[in-house]
Amino acid sequence: MNKLPKILFYGYGNPGRQDDGVGVAFTEQISEWVKMKAWHNIDFDSNYQLNIEDADNISSYDLVIFADATQEKNISDFDIDLVKPNPEVNFTMHAVSPGFILNLCSEMKKQLPQTFLLQIKGYEWEFQQSISENAKANLQKALKFIKTILSDFLVKYKYGTVNFKTFLNQKT
Amino acid sequence: MGKKITIEPVTRVEGHGKVTIHLDDNNNFKRSRLHIVEFRGFEKFIQGRPYWEAPVTVQRLCGICPVSHHLAAAKAMDVIVGAGTGDGLTPTGEKMRRLMHFGQVFQSHVLHFFHLASPDLLFGIDGDPAIRNVIGIAKMHKELAVQAVMMRKYGQEIIKVTAGKKIHGTGAIPGGINRHLEIHNKISLINGPDPMNIDKMIEWSLGGLDFFKNYHKDHKDVIDNFAAYPSKHLSMVRKDGALDLYHGVLRAIDSEGNKILNDVDTQDYLKHIAEEVRSWSYMKFPYLKKYGPKDGWYRVGPLARLNTVDFIPSPLAQKEFEIFQAYTDGKPNNMSMHYHWARLIEILHCAEMMKELLNDPNLMKGELVTKGKKGNEGIGVLEAPRGTLFHHYKINKDDQITMANLIVSTTNNNIPMNLAVESAAKQFISGQEKIDEGMLNAVEVGIRAYDPCLSCATHAIGKLPLQVKLYDSNNNLLDIKTKD
Repeated sequence: MNKLPKILFYGYGNPGRQDDGVGVAFTEQISEWVKMKAWHNIDFDSNYQLNIEDADNISSYDLVIFADATQEKNISDFDIDLVKPNPEVNFTMHAVSPGFILNLCSEMKKQLPQTFLLQIKGYEWEFQQSISENAKANLQKALKFIKTILSDFLVKYKYGTVNFKTFLNQKT
Repeated sequence: MGKKITIEPVTRVEGHGKVTIHLDDNNNFKRSRLHIVEFRGFEKFIQGRPYWEAPVTVQRLCGICPVSHHLAAAKAMDVIVGAGTGDGLTPTGEKMRRLMHFGQVFQSHVLHFFHLASPDLLFGIDGDPAIRNVIGIAKMHKELAVQAVMMRKYGQEIIKVTAGKKIHGTGAIPGGINRHLEIHNKISLINGPDPMNIDKMIEWSLGGLDFFKNYHKDHKDVIDNFAAYPSKHLSMVRKDGALDLYHGVLRAIDSEGNKILNDVDTQDYLKHIAEEVRSWSYMKFPYLKKYGPKDGWYRVGPLARLNTVDFIPSPLAQKEFEIFQAYTDGKPNNMSMHYHWARLIEILHCAEMMKELLNDPNLMKGELVTKGKKGNEGIGVLEAPRGTLFHHYKINKDDQITMANLIVSTTNNNIPMNLAVESAAKQFISGQEKIDEGMLNAVEVGIRAYDPCLSCATHAIGKLPLQVKLYDSNNNLLDIKTKD
């Protein structure tokens, strides 16, 4: 049996700005479920935004799944995509993108985890703590999807190394 | 035909801002403005909420410097719960907060210098934008990039062990703090494996200063002359004149070094400071009342702090401060690019002070909270990474906030940033027939020296691509450039 891969779920956004916190809410809820499953190979982190120190934080994992809110018109509820190293700088450079983190990780000669970005559609961004009803529905869809995928992936992984990307492609 | 150039938004600052530069028919500088184009009214939002929530609620303002708002609000609430105006906390309460604040300033300054500013120095203001960023630093100066990442991480760890968590930290509460420093965290932060220990942070802080000073030797022209202009400077200082980022009295000096605000109580800030509104920006324009809106503007932040204080109460930073002061023969330093130098001296000071506090037994035991007679108004002032931060609240008999007034650091620097834009535009763009990326970046370098947080200043959220628009004098669009 294979040793399970080290996985990190990392949600970012400001929960004080309504749907901007949906990535953080995802990480909190998936962590509760993982605790019940007693999977000790999975860690969780969250922050207002990603920053350069995350290049070091992610380098000790085999698989990293970032979770963020999105306003992307082409996404109706949620989407998950492979993140590739991206040297482009954001215009708001106090925060950086997952691709930038991966690129910095690479330039620092650190181990690169396979990295995905889970984007959950949000709608409201005011100074309130609560997530909008529509975003909550999207969050639940994303949770259901990831729980199913993760359960299947870890079972398969135990009996033969499976690439999460390949596995995800087969399932979607 | 006159031209108008718009840079929208400013890259590498948070929130929504744009710069317009007006040229006359001969392409000579006519006028420039830094506009803030979004505002969401946080002061209104917080009205009606219970006062004890404020230190957590204010972290909604900004994901960049939530700790500064957390502590400034907590200081204001100390006054409301009768715990004094900044010097009435228990030793544990005050020292834990100070440690949190040093961690915040340390990681914020590190990010700014190594991540945002050093690419302009290492690759040149007009360097290739494809590598003029931290990725370029990582490719060509890997050791600097590694230091930046690990120093940021260390500062974040300090925040985590004092504030409790990264998002909506709860460490500071009205009247004190809600935790002691745990022994395993203390040991790890003092003696952690290389490089995550305090001695390495001090060593790297000194290395950062050496890097700047060596660069300065060879590039005096740009560092000393870029966006340099005389100004007043304002900061909080300790009662004995020492640099104190957490508590003290308000002091301002003029461009010659004369004290024009002589160590006044922070609770009296409204007697001395007012804000003006101008039609073209949502960001207000603070000024010293006795000089009026036109002449009363001042700078805040690292440069202003080192200009106003008499000394720095940590030995290595004091030594560097003496070199800094000697460079201008003890006169105020009015060179915008010297913000970077001042910022690096403060990084060293923070590292030294974190070491002192981590070894302080008061953090491990003792009373956490002070209680006193409750009042209905509180003012909390802090020297945040970007400068003096004011939080002012009033509450009613039901403990609900009825009034909030925030003057954030970036707002204090509104006119200085506008002058930096003007200075850079005159130096780099005036008289040119064609505007290239390097010239536009020069304008941003002037703004960037202040490390503005427009998210704080406007409470905005979201990102936009960079758009550069060129108009003729009749506002016909001549050219547009967008960076995605």
